[in-house]
Amino acid sequence: MNREMKIGLLETMLKIRKAELQLAVMFKNGKIPSGAHLYEGEEAIAAGVCANLRTDDQITSTHRGHGHCIAKGMEPRRMMAEVCAKSTGCCSGKGGTMHMFDPSIGVMGTIGIVGGGMPIATGLGLAAKLQGTDRVAVSFFGDGASNNGAFHESLNMASLWKLPVIYVCENNQFATSVSVKRSTPIEDISVRAIGYGMSGVTVDGNKVDETYAAAADAVARARRGDGPTLIECKTYRIRGHFEGDDAIYRSKEEVQAARERDPIEYWKNVLLGDGTISEQDFIDLNEKIEQLIAQAAQFADESSYPTPEDALKLCGGNPSLLVK
Amino acid sequence: MSRELTQAEALREALCEEMRADKQIFIMGEDVGPHGGIFTVTKGMFDEFGGERVRDTPISEAGFVGAALGAAIIGGRPIAELMFGDFAAVAMDQLVNQIAKARYMSGGKVKAPLVVRLTIGARGSTAAQHSQSPHAWFMHTPGLYVAVPSTPADCKGLLKTAIRNDNPVVFCEHKKLYFVKGQVPDGDYMTPFGVADIKRQGKHATVVAISIMVNKALAVADKLAREGIELEVIDPRTLVPMDWETIFKSVRKTGRLVVMDEGCFTGSVAAEIASKVSKECFDYLDAPVERVCATDTPIPFSPPLEEFVIPQEDDLEKAVRSILVGAACA
Repeated sequence: MNREMKIGLLETMLKIRKAELQLAVMFKNGKIPSGAHLYEGEEAIAAGVCANLRTDDQITSTHRGHGHCIAKGMEPRRMMAEVCAKSTGCCSGKGGTMHMFDPSIGVMGTIGIVGGGMPIATGLGLAAKLQGTDRVAVSFFGDGASNNGAFHESLNMASLWKLPVIYVCENNQFATSVSVKRSTPIEDISVRAIGYGMSGVTVDGNKVDETYAAAADAVARARRGDGPTLIECKTYRIRGHFEGDDAIYRSKEEVQAARERDPIEYWKNVLLGDGTISEQDFIDLNEKIEQLIAQAAQFADESSYPTPEDALKLCGGNPSLLVK
Repeated sequence: MSRELTQAEALREALCEEMRADKQIFIMGEDVGPHGGIFTVTKGMFDEFGGERVRDTPISEAGFVGAALGAAIIGGRPIAELMFGDFAAVAMDQLVNQIAKARYMSGGKVKAPLVVRLTIGARGSTAAQHSQSPHAWFMHTPGLYVAVPSTPADCKGLLKTAIRNDNPVVFCEHKKLYFVKGQVPDGDYMTPFGVADIKRQGKHATVVAISIMVNKALAVADKLAREGIELEVIDPRTLVPMDWETIFKSVRKTGRLVVMDEGCFTGSVAAEIASKVSKECFDYLDAPVERVCATDTPIPFSPPLEEFVIPQEDDLEKAVRSILVGAACA
């Protein structure tokens, strides 16, 4: 990894962190009409994986998908405006926090149904193969989705057909309120890969050099036609399942311990330690990103809502939409 | 010019012609490959197009229907064959939450040009899990187009329209019609969506019949014509979009309507048609709108039970006579 790439990972993680914390404030201030599932503490996964992807590679994501959008190249203001239900959002306010798309940068849907994105990512991989390209698809999902039937069907088909798909399990320890220890009878979800005859690996999801390296291997394998990989990234969901979740199902000590394994602090210290950046470099970078996110928040806040009649557009059944 | 083809042959022609013309089109589903599909629709296609484009899948309905969406949003034009419509229940997340909504949720950033072919209807005592007519599920899901052809010619023309459509289409093929023959025009033609076919002109009552029920309605119309009762029989051909104007126009002429559908009675396509006609044609109706549907039960196994549950010609005849009491022709 060269200097630019190392700093790029830090920058992506900071962008995600600051955007999410800003959204938490906006939620408290009533700027978001729904709940929001924030990604704080898991940034090293989106950043490390997506740093291996080209613009034409594609991802599907989850209800906790803001970070993946940013890591794949979405402008924070488009993401934040969508979360705030504005016409300037990436889906013009029709998708919202759980359903974001931008095919021009390969964001093929953050999907609100747990496991629902996995077959879609599998189909993206199938299309890449049928269309004779070396594109790859990444399916981000959680420990909860790994217990859903869509996981099984997707991994089986992808391995059977040697599809260029990377299945990235973000094991953040919780499916809503249920600890992974109470839902899943194995220590490492990656061992399930064996049952599909595919490669599987577990990495520390709070260390961006580990997520980056695992994804680099998997992407190379996919591009050379050797099929899919299951990567389990162990992390911890710092915030509640959604903003406002008091998370009574876990102890404050447990959360505090997880906070001490902060992925941004870790990477910052690595880069300071190896001389990639100075303290002043970090302060400058931090400031730059704070400004970017502040501007994005202002853009989201000041943008207008869609007009009510926009609700009728883009849905089947209207004969005028029928013929291409 | 035309030839006589079965429904299965007409569907195959549509698939082959479209696949020859557009390399992005491929089929996947259970047993569609060397086997040729349990209703023979893809017979021989594996040999012509190969296993990449005529793809056997594992028994993974949610998986391959969802994969069809993934391929569709990046320029593929997949056709997923679900075999039995009943199996759509296994793939419902992908059909209802993903496929139907992708274009809308994305603010139009993605489109989903895919076709899900499935079978409907009771045939030969396959009982409750292989005999349903679940097309109302799909009509009730905004974002899906729904085709219900009743003739080989419409099967071919509507399937071509479905494949070339940029929106997801659920294409409902009746099991009892696969080996029924009909005239199919030569050459490349498309049957437009949202254009009903008036199968028979009449003045005393309108019958809107769906899928195989069109044949039953025409048989009843023949019989009643001998008594001077003239039924107008309309095949809507697509449920979404529905050709409401043709239905309204007919009812305004005849003043009476029976809707015949193999879907069960409550919450049905027939109920939707009855409701809309009752409002739009209120001043023209001379009798309540009647519905002839399957009973609100699962489809039973035993033949006399199955026959009782499924709408039959006698049921339609009774319904027609009931709304013609006191009419000049009766």
